[in-house]
Amino acid sequence: QSKFTLLRDTRTDGSFLVHHFLSFYLRAGCKVCFVALLQSFSHYNIVAQKLGVSLAAAKERGQLVFLEGLKSCLDLLFGEEEQPGQPSPLQFLSGSTSDLRALFDFVRVSLTPADGDSWKGPVLLVDDLSVLLSLGAAPVAVLDFIHYCRVSVCCQLKGNIVVLVHSNEDCEDEENELIVNSLCHHSDLILWAEGLATGFCKDVHGQIKIIKRLSLRQAAEQDLVQIYQYKIQDRNVTFFARGLSAAVL
Amino acid sequence: LVFTEEDKYDLYSNLLFKYFLAEGIVCGHDLFVASAKEHPDNILKELPAPLLDDTYGKELGEEAAAVKSEDVQDSMKIAWRYQNLPKMEASPSTYTKFGHYYDVSKKMSPELCQSVKWHSFYLHEELSLEPKMKTWNMNSGYARLLQSIQRIISQGGFDGSDPQKKQRNVLRIGIQSLGSILWGDDVCCSDTPEDTHSLTKFLYVLRGLLRKSLSACIITVPAHLIQNKAIMERVTNLSDMVVGLESFIGSERETNPLYKDYHGLVHVHQIPRLNSLICDVSDTKDLAFRLKRKLFTIERLHLPPDLSDTVSRASKQDLAGSAELLSSGCGAMAIGKKHLDF
Repeated sequence: QSKFTLLRDTRTDGSFLVHHFLSFYLRAGCKVCFVALLQSFSHYNIVAQKLGVSLAAAKERGQLVFLEGLKSCLDLLFGEEEQPGQPSPLQFLSGSTSDLRALFDFVRVSLTPADGDSWKGPVLLVDDLSVLLSLGAAPVAVLDFIHYCRVSVCCQLKGNIVVLVHSNEDCEDEENELIVNSLCHHSDLILWAEGLATGFCKDVHGQIKIIKRLSLRQAAEQDLVQIYQYKIQDRNVTFFARGLSAAVL
Repeated sequence: LVFTEEDKYDLYSNLLFKYFLAEGIVCGHDLFVASAKEHPDNILKELPAPLLDDTYGKELGEEAAAVKSEDVQDSMKIAWRYQNLPKMEASPSTYTKFGHYYDVSKKMSPELCQSVKWHSFYLHEELSLEPKMKTWNMNSGYARLLQSIQRIISQGGFDGSDPQKKQRNVLRIGIQSLGSILWGDDVCCSDTPEDTHSLTKFLYVLRGLLRKSLSACIITVPAHLIQNKAIMERVTNLSDMVVGLESFIGSERETNPLYKDYHGLVHVHQIPRLNSLICDVSDTKDLAFRLKRKLFTIERLHLPPDLSDTVSRASKQDLAGSAELLSSGCGAMAIGKKHLDF
């Protein structure tokens, strides 16, 4: 409850974690607001079906609120004039405002429990935050957005937030690093998927570092760090201890 | 969205670009060509001619036959460990045909070019037309291009908006030298360009347009001029497939004997991971290309054993030009026999 989980990937694609959390929370009966900025709805739907969850059905029964960033962007730019009562969540794209307030309002409205809702805890899932920078949002605006979401979703509604960011330590994207570092400091749990330092390998796709930030809640505690390696398959991901991949044993 | 990093003199990436368009014509797809550098009409005049099945098959067949007669099932004596590895040999007939082959030395006939509907976007012409358009905080050249693409997609029914249209076709979009200064973008000029968001915004909107319609797009970008690594990172994240071509012209690799048979390297930075948790990862990541008189081939980078010059190497894989790039992954079949001489 009330947890902020940061998904981070470096030199590899961490989106399998997003798919996992999406199907996990839906199966658990939570109400999910998914801000999907990078891929289309059908992509997530097809993968989710392989994992045993139907996104279309979840949308239908009101359990899933799906913001398809690509489609929303096209509607904003090529569609007719927007109605005053329904501003587009990605309004900052057209240059009229520079903050992400509209996006936050969208999230807040989607997750505020309506009468008759029987879902367990609300969840906000974002894939991925780094795209907002590519679209012209300032890092401060992105951090503000996350802050408002945290207050609203974690504190007021007692829900969870899961956010994916890309990061590359030796890269010069300072704006992105600023956001990633800031989020790291405030996360309860960090799942960091990295490509192997030794390069590409067919049997081990990468390594995942799980950091439980116990020091966030209690002053004297140390963070707990666990490292596993993983291999992604068509329908699931297998994790194993470092160096003990099935190909080696 | 196939993102190609141009080689320094834009020789080979241009070739790849033309292959993509030529394949579109041969498959009967509609084309949309955009450029700020040369007029699309000129680009279309320069497309390579497709090789008809029988002539190429005969050529390949002759080669393979010649090789086969020398080949005896030698069991390896010293390198016996390698005996169990799959032999890299497959006759052309068993090669699964995906796409077509092209003869680079000949131009495509005008009748064939005219057989498909094609649209062009030449920046300098477009700018002189309607001056007033919404630009959404983006470089106006890019904004115009997006509007043009969106218009073609909805008018041509590629997004399924026209239920009357029975036959749905694919739209192939080719955009040349995006990000160069000819488009009015200074992202290639300095380390801290003034407009850091136009290119990435453009790619995002383009991605949206591609996802909701039956279209595929190849973009070539002079990436060697973009000094700002952050932008290249973001651009990579926004593309489905990223391929870089590094030519040996003018670099120290040109005279390196290891690379003497090749004209450059192919770097596959990213392959599409769509509708699935995994992507089709190929066995090798070292690919090199060479431009022969008639063919442009991409092969596994094969370093010879460090011996005298008489070592023969014939490990080849022919990719059917750009059509392969559109398929998931870069797996390719090998034709030819590999000799290991000791």
